[in-house]
Amino acid sequence: MSDAHVSLRDVTKVFPAANGGEGLHALGPVDLDLGKGEFFAVVGPSGCGKSTLLEVIAGLTPASAGTVEFEGWRVDADIPDGIGVVFQEDACFPWLSVEQNIAFGLRKTALAADAKQRRVRDVIDLMGLGDFAKSYPAQLSGGMRQRVCIARTLVTQPRLILLDEPFGALDQQTRLLMGDEVLRLWRQTGATVFLITHALDEATMLADRIAVMSARPGRLIDVVQTNWPRERDSRIVERAEFGAITARLWKTLREESLKTMALKGAGQAAEPA
Amino acid sequence: MSRITLYRVGVIAAAVLLLELLCYVRVIDRITMQPPHQIVRDLFVILASGKQNAAILKTLSNASIALSLAIVVGILAAVALHGYRTVRETLDPLFATYYAVPIFAFYPLLIVLFGLGDAPQIGIGFMLGVVAVIVNTLNGLDRVPRVLRKTARIQRLGTIETALKVALPCAAPYVLTGVKFAVAYSLIGIIGAEFIMSRGGMGYEISFAYNNFDNATMYPLILLILIVSISINATLSWWEKVLLARRGL
Repeated sequence: MSDAHVSLRDVTKVFPAANGGEGLHALGPVDLDLGKGEFFAVVGPSGCGKSTLLEVIAGLTPASAGTVEFEGWRVDADIPDGIGVVFQEDACFPWLSVEQNIAFGLRKTALAADAKQRRVRDVIDLMGLGDFAKSYPAQLSGGMRQRVCIARTLVTQPRLILLDEPFGALDQQTRLLMGDEVLRLWRQTGATVFLITHALDEATMLADRIAVMSARPGRLIDVVQTNWPRERDSRIVERAEFGAITARLWKTLREESLKTMALKGAGQAAEPA
Repeated sequence: MSRITLYRVGVIAAAVLLLELLCYVRVIDRITMQPPHQIVRDLFVILASGKQNAAILKTLSNASIALSLAIVVGILAAVALHGYRTVRETLDPLFATYYAVPIFAFYPLLIVLFGLGDAPQIGIGFMLGVVAVIVNTLNGLDRVPRVLRKTARIQRLGTIETALKVALPCAAPYVLTGVKFAVAYSLIGIIGAEFIMSRGGMGYEISFAYNNFDNATMYPLILLILIVSISINATLSWWEKVLLARRGL
């Protein structure tokens, strides 16, 4: 059993082929340890298996080989308690109000009704959603809806938060501001955060460590330590080291992205006209 | 009231006035049809006298049972079929051609199975309604975004909880469309069955009145069926509109 908060050993994912042929090797082998309270980001070219890696850690997809442990417990088909996931797509329940969406996260919690209500109210205030508690998701902007999803995750007080390109659908300014909010929440909750993103600046700004994934099958080919102070916000982009880290990430990622493009190009060329 | 609603009311009012006029100038004679105002007055007389109460109660309660069964069985079947792709693909041709089958042809078989009581009529109403609920619910379940199902898993909901708390609420507008069809089909099934073989119910009374040139009973009962069916459908449409409006649709 590892001392790490999250531990991955030789994790591999192969999606079986529909016709019984050779499957699609999407991921791995991946070895990774996340410390408790660490903010870890993963960047990689499109289709390299970033989201698959996140789903394996969450227990949403079983690994084909290798092991994933969270707090020393093996993650298999059952989703462990204490994990929250925020997806890139809008995952708000459109038939529920903001308040009901957030309270949905507490459905399985053995809390008294008033305690649940208090916790929902706290998270609504924390996320600045007070004026919209009775609104439906359709009445909110994309950024606000993503905040609702983050709030629904936070209300369960997860010890591990998995973020799958959570700001992918947002404009640049909103992304930076949402990044500030995520950093603030990370400090307040003390949770371990695992972020998947394709935006190098976002990863550099937010994470303590950043891993670069190779083209498919996705493996971790470089891990960069940012050495940022825990108290930080989006103004960190003004630092000289910010550019250096982003440049290092891009140097590695560029080669992998070119490989992916070459693969795609080859695939297109092979297709009959 | 919106302009479109005003137009709709205007079209109905114009049609009623036209009928009234055609009856008044005897283009439509009294043996064929009474003027609309007379039909409304006769309906009030029938309802006030209570002489058709038993028939009305029988039809509406049988239709309610058939509809309730169609909704419950239809939704349960759709949820179950959605999880079993092979079974669903096997049954797809049946659903696609179901309404090409004359369900009333099975009436003798239902009498053999259930006897001469209300059960065969309820069976016809149920059979007509259930597939509309299944097909529309499946359609709605197909449209539940994958991310919502993943969210349900992250929230550690089981299969039944996921269906009840996530999939069906998400598919609710489509389920309601199925229910709207089922209301009409169940009513058609029950009244049609009463026409063919029954000693009671609104269908039987309409048929009896028709054979005896009793327009004072036939048309008011037809009007009552229209009012009931349209009222239920209008309520469901309003509800559907509320659900869609919440989703910004």
